[in-house]
Amino acid sequence: MAVIETHNLERTYQDGNQVIRAVDGIDLQIQEGEFTAIVGPSGSGKTTLLNLIGGLDKPTSGEVIIAGTPIHELSDNAMIDFRLKHIGFVFQAYNLIPVLTAAENVEFIMLLQKKSKEERRQRSHQLLEAVGLGDRLTKRPGELSGGQQQRVAVARALASRPSFVLADEPTANLDSHSTANLLDIMARLNEEEHMTFVFATHDQRVIDRAKRVVTVEDGKIKSDESLDR
Amino acid sequence: MILKLAWRNIWRNKRRSLLTAGSVLFALFFALIMRSMQLGVYDNMVQNVVNISTGYIQVHGKDFWDEKTLEYSMEQTDSLEHTLLATEGVADVVPRLESFSLASTGRATKAAMILGIDAEKESRYFDFDEGLTKGQIFPDGNGILLSEGLAEYFKLDIHDTLVLIGQGYHGISANGKYHVSGILKLRSPELNKQLAFLPLREAQFLFGAQHRVTSLVVVPEDHDEFAGLTQEIRSELDTTTYEVMNWREMMPELVQAIQADSAGGLIMLFVLYLVISFGIFGTILMMTSERQYEYGILISIGMKRGKLALTVLLETFFLSVLGVIGACLLALPPVFYYHAHPINLAGEQMGNAYEEYGFEPVIPASNDPSIILTHSVIVVIITLVLALYAVWKIYRLQPVKAMHS
Ligand SMILES: Nc1ncnc2c1ncn2[C@@H]1O[C@H](COP(=O)(O)OP(=O)(O)OP(=O)(O)O)[C@@H](O)[C@H]1O
Ligand SMILES: [Mg+2]
Repeated sequence: MAVIETHNLERTYQDGNQVIRAVDGIDLQIQEGEFTAIVGPSGSGKTTLLNLIGGLDKPTSGEVIIAGTPIHELSDNAMIDFRLKHIGFVFQAYNLIPVLTAAENVEFIMLLQKKSKEERRQRSHQLLEAVGLGDRLTKRPGELSGGQQQRVAVARALASRPSFVLADEPTANLDSHSTANLLDIMARLNEEEHMTFVFATHDQRVIDRAKRVVTVEDGKIKSDESLDR
Repeated sequence: MILKLAWRNIWRNKRRSLLTAGSVLFALFFALIMRSMQLGVYDNMVQNVVNISTGYIQVHGKDFWDEKTLEYSMEQTDSLEHTLLATEGVADVVPRLESFSLASTGRATKAAMILGIDAEKESRYFDFDEGLTKGQIFPDGNGILLSEGLAEYFKLDIHDTLVLIGQGYHGISANGKYHVSGILKLRSPELNKQLAFLPLREAQFLFGAQHRVTSLVVVPEDHDEFAGLTQEIRSELDTTTYEVMNWREMMPELVQAIQADSAGGLIMLFVLYLVISFGIFGTILMMTSERQYEYGILISIGMKRGKLALTVLLETFFLSVLGVIGACLLALPPVFYYHAHPINLAGEQMGNAYEEYGFEPVIPASNDPSIILTHSVIVVIITLVLALYAVWKIYRLQPVKAMHS
């Protein structure tokens, strides 16, 4: 079953008297367990597409169906709940709440889901362990490197047991060592836990690891290749 | 975790938070000191008036308060006293007979106000005896007590003699000769210049007003209930024969003066609160604009706007409560100190003004807890109302836009 489906998705912006077609009729299906990179030049519409899939933005027309739910029909509050339940987010930078420790940041999302204290503690430790930060539980974001912060963000994204993780340029601010490390972790989570990942990126290092590469240009899908790795 | 988040958020920008809490502290401290001084002075004024002058409630013969002559005195009947004592909320009734007379020592003569009293009851309810500086109060049930000012004017000491010459009830001549049994310092400077006391019996005899009194002072069981009790008594008595007045009705100028002065103080506080409101609002403005990106993230990952708004409200609440606690800690010691040791203004310009209006020239601080409560609540509410701006921002925030900048 497809976890993500878009049908004739359009998002236009009005810029003066000029209409920008940031996403211009995209039909896309992403299956459970995929490891997909959405690539394309700057301004091609990657972020806009990801925001639409993540329910952070509403399409001008067309539909987004996540795990069987047409999310463009949800109210603001229902959408927030839906995101909490189904979608994990990793943004480019400053993902974390600066006044909470790494463990608290991961637990925070489970707290929003009203998980028990014990479950929160266990899972946050286990996830931070999995991203190699078992010894940094009580550090605040300011005391972590950029790569470590992104790994905490990945742990947080998984904490809610989402249907998939959306990551917009997760490696943009990282050096190559941290990038490789983050990609290893995500690839392993994909392999071992069948977690679905969708990236928007123009980082070649990410593209090299992706199992499917969707290229967009001017808001349209230009190519879509599945690679055997 | 929301509490933790709100609390830790305060310390993100320590300097700004401390400045904000500090401005709350300063304003509230000032408000507390000013209001407890003001209310303390009003309270004292009222006490001055209420004790020897009016009591909380008085029953007179009809129109006595306007006319103030013995012709409007009333008969001191048992049934009247019984009716009053039987009224719920009345603790006791204190009789007084009041009239003017000329006082003379032969060398000097002066008009004096003569008050016939039940000294035992006056002492019990109105601390009448606390001002006694010399001699005794009516030993053997006779003699005259002079206010300090009067004694000084006549250069009289105890055991000296004073003659009263005047008119009594129905115009009979009222003359008598009395030994000074004691000298009293009265709180009200005005009364301290002209008042002399006789035992009630003596006064009634002097003025030819046997079994008559000019007022019955009603002692309420609960002082704060005087207004309702006035109504109650009024409904019990025949108002064509009697008038029932409480101190507010007997002293409307005082009530007005207090209200005007109090309003002035409140306007000042309003301006002060307005000024600090701008400061607090500035903080909230900066805080919300700095955290747009973070709010965007939080809403994206699944935090409801209501919860986020609650966090921000809690944060500002903590901030103002910090200020409130600080202000209370700072204000309480001086308030209690000046409650116990009022500032004495005797001899100073402001003190003279007080005396001119017949009040003790002192500024005691009120330690009424309702002052602290009222102003703390006001300050906290102001901050919460200002924080509604942040709430509004959060409800309008679009994550994509917030995270774009
Ligand atoms: N809020 C907006 N208002 C107006 N135009 C916008 C807005 N957001 C995006 N656009 C425009 O839509 C187009 C697609 O932008 P988008 O951010 O999706 O591109 P992108 O592929 O993510 O680019 P990059 O690689 O630089 O992140 C661009 O032309 C951009 O200028
Ligand atoms: Mg982008």
